[in-house]
Amino acid sequence: MKLKHLVSAADLNRAEAIQLMDTAVEMSSVSAREVKKLPALRGKTVVNLFYEDSTRTRVSFEVAEKRLSADVVNVSAKGSSVSKGESLKDTVQTLAAISADIVVMRHSASGAAHTLANSGWFDGSVINAGDGTHEHPTQALLDAITLRDRLISDPLGKDLSGLNVAIVGDIAHSRVARSNLLLLKTLGARVHFIAPPTLLPRALSAQAVSSHHNFDNAIEEQSFDAVMMLRVQSERMQAAFFPSEAEYSKLWGLNRERLSRMNNHTLVMHPGPMNRGLEIDSFCADSENSTILDQVRNGVSARMSVLYHLAGTERNA
Amino acid sequence: MSFTLSDVTLADGRKVNVAIDGDRITSVGTEKHGEIIDCSGLVLLPGFVDLHTHLRQPGFEQSETVLTGSQAAAKGGYTAVHPMANTMPVADNAGVVEQIQRLGEDAGLVEVQPIGAVTVGLEGEQLSEMGSMNESRAKVTIFSDDGKCVSDALVMRRALSYVKTFKGVIAQHAQEPRLTQNAQMNEGQVSAELGLSGWPAVAEESIIARDIMLADLTNSRLHVCHVSTKGSIEQIRLGKSRGVQVTAEVTPHHLLLTDELVRSYDPVYKVNPPLRTQVDVDALREALIDGTIDVIGTDHAPHPDESKDCEWASAAFGMLGLETAASIAQLVLIESGKSNWERLASVLSVVPAQISGLETQGQQIEAGSFANLALIDPKATTTLTDGGASKSSNQPYRNMKLPGRVIHTIFRGKFTVRNGELAGKA
Repeated sequence: MKLKHLVSAADLNRAEAIQLMDTAVEMSSVSAREVKKLPALRGKTVVNLFYEDSTRTRVSFEVAEKRLSADVVNVSAKGSSVSKGESLKDTVQTLAAISADIVVMRHSASGAAHTLANSGWFDGSVINAGDGTHEHPTQALLDAITLRDRLISDPLGKDLSGLNVAIVGDIAHSRVARSNLLLLKTLGARVHFIAPPTLLPRALSAQAVSSHHNFDNAIEEQSFDAVMMLRVQSERMQAAFFPSEAEYSKLWGLNRERLSRMNNHTLVMHPGPMNRGLEIDSFCADSENSTILDQVRNGVSARMSVLYHLAGTERNA
Repeated sequence: MSFTLSDVTLADGRKVNVAIDGDRITSVGTEKHGEIIDCSGLVLLPGFVDLHTHLRQPGFEQSETVLTGSQAAAKGGYTAVHPMANTMPVADNAGVVEQIQRLGEDAGLVEVQPIGAVTVGLEGEQLSEMGSMNESRAKVTIFSDDGKCVSDALVMRRALSYVKTFKGVIAQHAQEPRLTQNAQMNEGQVSAELGLSGWPAVAEESIIARDIMLADLTNSRLHVCHVSTKGSIEQIRLGKSRGVQVTAEVTPHHLLLTDELVRSYDPVYKVNPPLRTQVDVDALREALIDGTIDVIGTDHAPHPDESKDCEWASAAFGMLGLETAASIAQLVLIESGKSNWERLASVLSVVPAQISGLETQGQQIEAGSFANLALIDPKATTTLTDGGASKSSNQPYRNMKLPGRVIHTIFRGKFTVRNGELAGKA
């Protein structure tokens, strides 16, 4: 695989996506060993450059990097010169000067990872760990791995052909939704959107197999293999995207009653962190159908797989 | 200085000799005197007049100064520019506009006619002393809060009404502020995919519709800056058909570039109003040809590298435009085969001079007119590899091959640009 950066889920073709998923399966066996380490990134320096708060994504990357024996440096906006107003360019050039090999970046500006990968400021690899409201490709990869593992028998080497996946909630502001839309389509799945019109840009809904503003009608009309619930941010309410948490929960939240009207096998997914009682109730979050902890586990192996392929090492896993 | 531009082609196609003595044209025809300058193959036009320039002085001299902006203007064939009021301090009083005008005289390359702010500090609340600015040495007639919209309907109504005192005009930056909070690019397919917050066309069109009604109500003059959408053109067309005194401006970049370029996340394409779609570009071109749009204004907006060499959201809005405007006008009006050089002279010189009331600019090329002139080689091409004469380098047309080249610019009878090179102070 000739992959220098992972900035967008669109960077991956079907074969590459399947290879990344298959490698992730191999990587997951490492996590089950007593000594959870591979030497693949020994001697490589990976910088986790986080301009936004993130616990789970940063920890997931850090664990993945350490399991591959990389030297890991964490830079967060609060604990470095970033908060003193240094530009992205200067920060990254500093990292380049200390010979970082891979930068994993989370940034509040859409396109920041793209800019970094194409800027010439840094000649190593760039992994996008979330850029504004644009993309979060490793999240899409871990979601695809979770779907395949739970819904496709004998999954190695296979894609997600024919699966019906609903993405529900704040699609307009979701990098998870954008990356999932791209990767799921690449892998042959059918993506459906469910959201109030204020949170679903027309230009995006045109790219889904179907779009619904009414959750109950969508359940009636479609047969979903998975529903991916997106986190709702309460600041959207102030900007008049929806009237109240209570109304949002009533119309677009996933609850026991709605789940009961879906298939027995329908998976309940959430990228976290959840607002229990808002976009998802506790029954669904904790049900047998929930993959929420699988997603966290698969996040580590998905990121190990990406790091492994980006590092371009020939060593066997 | 006495000289003759020999064998030059006028906008109407006539080939003539144009003799110049002092600051005026003395004859157009066969007569020659003084130095004979061979201008065969060149088109002679009245010097261009830009109604929308950011010269950044005082306050932002790291981006541009009146001198460097004047140099870029001269290189682009301009003999007059109208610097916008969003300087620091804001050009909202007689002292600042007189200072800017004086800096223009010191540079001596183009007529620098300042625009005054509509409201104090561009805050949109209290009218600035527009009467005093008009009576000052700078004789300001155009007022604009450009960069910001005069969004309060009452303030806009009063401003339109008040400037009738001295036949002034309000140049509006049409942008409904609530609909464009934190907007980063045109709202549409591309913004949805890129996850950048959108600047919807309706935020421009709704203000234009309202302002046309207010201009009608007050029987005053409205100039709409940088029209960027198809829907805006429909509003302006309707207003004109009803006899409202409205004029409209388009920038060169909105005639050529689209929001597809934003996929690169290269902040050189970040501009306000944003680059729109091909449908809008086509509609703007048609409107420039059919007269719905009256003038090309560059919205030349220099920014230092540090404001553009960063992630999109942190970058400043604006792009250069003075040195490429004539080429883009030629592309749209001449190369398309849909219009002619007279129309080009009209949108780049004659009509902007009329809107501003600049008596020595945009004149007919005839004996007695002031010698403010631009000479273009329509067969040559222009390819800029950097920011040109501007102090900044936020050049969106880098390495693009554009038609035509400004060969000479003459300001008050003296060369400011000769054979494509700056000739120094006129």
